[in-house]
Amino acid sequence: MKKSLLARNNDLANTTRQLEILSNGIFQNGELPTFADKIKETNQFPLRPKKLEILQINLGYMCNQVCAHCHVDAGPDRKEIMTTETMQQCLDVIKKTGAHTLDLTGGAPEMNPNFRWFVEEASKAGIKDFIVRSNLTIIRANKKYYDLPEFFKKHNVHVVSSMPHWTRGKTDKQRGNGVFDKSIKALQMLNEVGYGKEGSGLQLDLVYNPSGAFLPGDQAALESDFKKALHEDFNIVFNSLFAITNLPISRFLDYLIASENYEDYMYALVEAYNPMAVENVMCTNTLSISWDGWLYDCDFNQMLNLKVASKVKHISEYNEELLQKRNIIISQHCYGCTAGAGSSCQGTVA
Amino acid sequence: MSKTYYDPSDLRKFGKITEWSEELGNKFFDYYGKVFEEGALTAREKSLIALAVAHTEQCPYCIDAYTKDGLQRGITKEEMMEAIHVGAAIKSGATLVHGVQMMNKVNKLEM
Repeated sequence: MKKSLLARNNDLANTTRQLEILSNGIFQNGELPTFADKIKETNQFPLRPKKLEILQINLGYMCNQVCAHCHVDAGPDRKEIMTTETMQQCLDVIKKTGAHTLDLTGGAPEMNPNFRWFVEEASKAGIKDFIVRSNLTIIRANKKYYDLPEFFKKHNVHVVSSMPHWTRGKTDKQRGNGVFDKSIKALQMLNEVGYGKEGSGLQLDLVYNPSGAFLPGDQAALESDFKKALHEDFNIVFNSLFAITNLPISRFLDYLIASENYEDYMYALVEAYNPMAVENVMCTNTLSISWDGWLYDCDFNQMLNLKVASKVKHISEYNEELLQKRNIIISQHCYGCTAGAGSSCQGTVA
Repeated sequence: MSKTYYDPSDLRKFGKITEWSEELGNKFFDYYGKVFEEGALTAREKSLIALAVAHTEQCPYCIDAYTKDGLQRGITKEEMMEAIHVGAAIKSGATLVHGVQMMNKVNKLEM
């Protein structure tokens, strides 16, 4: 299995280096407009938060997979995971937040030893939509995880899982050998307890990330193709498919540069820029909380270590009213969320 | 520096053809856009047809564009290769069927 950029001492494990790349070259010499200049054209600068709807909490960067496109640079060698102390601070916030959605992510959030306690406690807060982003293979990684579908069902968790393609070859190329077969088995296990089935009330959504240097196609068409293929081949059902654009950061940036696709990809993002997507981009309704309690405009800014531009920067000093007055921090990676129909952790936005 | 007739980055400049003939350029792009919309054929099917024709026309820009378009639509490489074989079969068939003309001519000219 491959290692994270961090474990490999790769230059791009340094977030300052990533931000330099995103600001230099074609964006410095004027070949392409910076994201700030682009949104100024439509009077959308500075980008400001709207009503807070989603609290996204990253329980740690540890993962059983090392996906080629991972913006978290997650993997088994990443040891950063949220402590119970920070979890308790998050629970205090969850109880009083105005957000209607709680979104747990990672790494593989299930690998945090206090994951189940945290889910049990958080589910008592009466949040309307409680999402866990599960990579699927974790359900098959070890016997201790086999009961996760039942656990999710017990707490009425909305499961959102990654699946880059309905074919083995494309899936394994992006996510690692054997991932497809394990993911299929995990989806069948989720279906068995009712997930994705009509009338069950148990929501199972899939996330599609392109497996290469190209943008996602039409979300509805992809959803239809996924549903047809997964049902015909494996009798699997699910609710919705979210088509998410790969942002040019971390491991995907490393891949773009190594494969000499970086400039073409940035051109494609800028050419597909859609001001309508800016209106609903997820940083305007989301707050991202890292494993160590720092606050960010989104999961991508978290991975670039761009903390919120607010007096309040940590969960321990959380103040929703003050946070809502901040400006959102942007850079050229933001083009990834505004291309075409837009992209967010909940799929398209325009 | 080596120069070639085809430069991959020229594809990005395709839209600029309207600058020297705005009305005709715009009409072309309007037509082009309309052709590829969902219709009696799906946009996915049209993408595969475009890929096959791109090869029979041997247009490097079109090959790049419709390979990427196919990937974006989740079209597999096996589907793409089959589409190209359809183009190749028609192209070779079109050559070979002219053999009948040759046969007709031989039959007419020979005693």
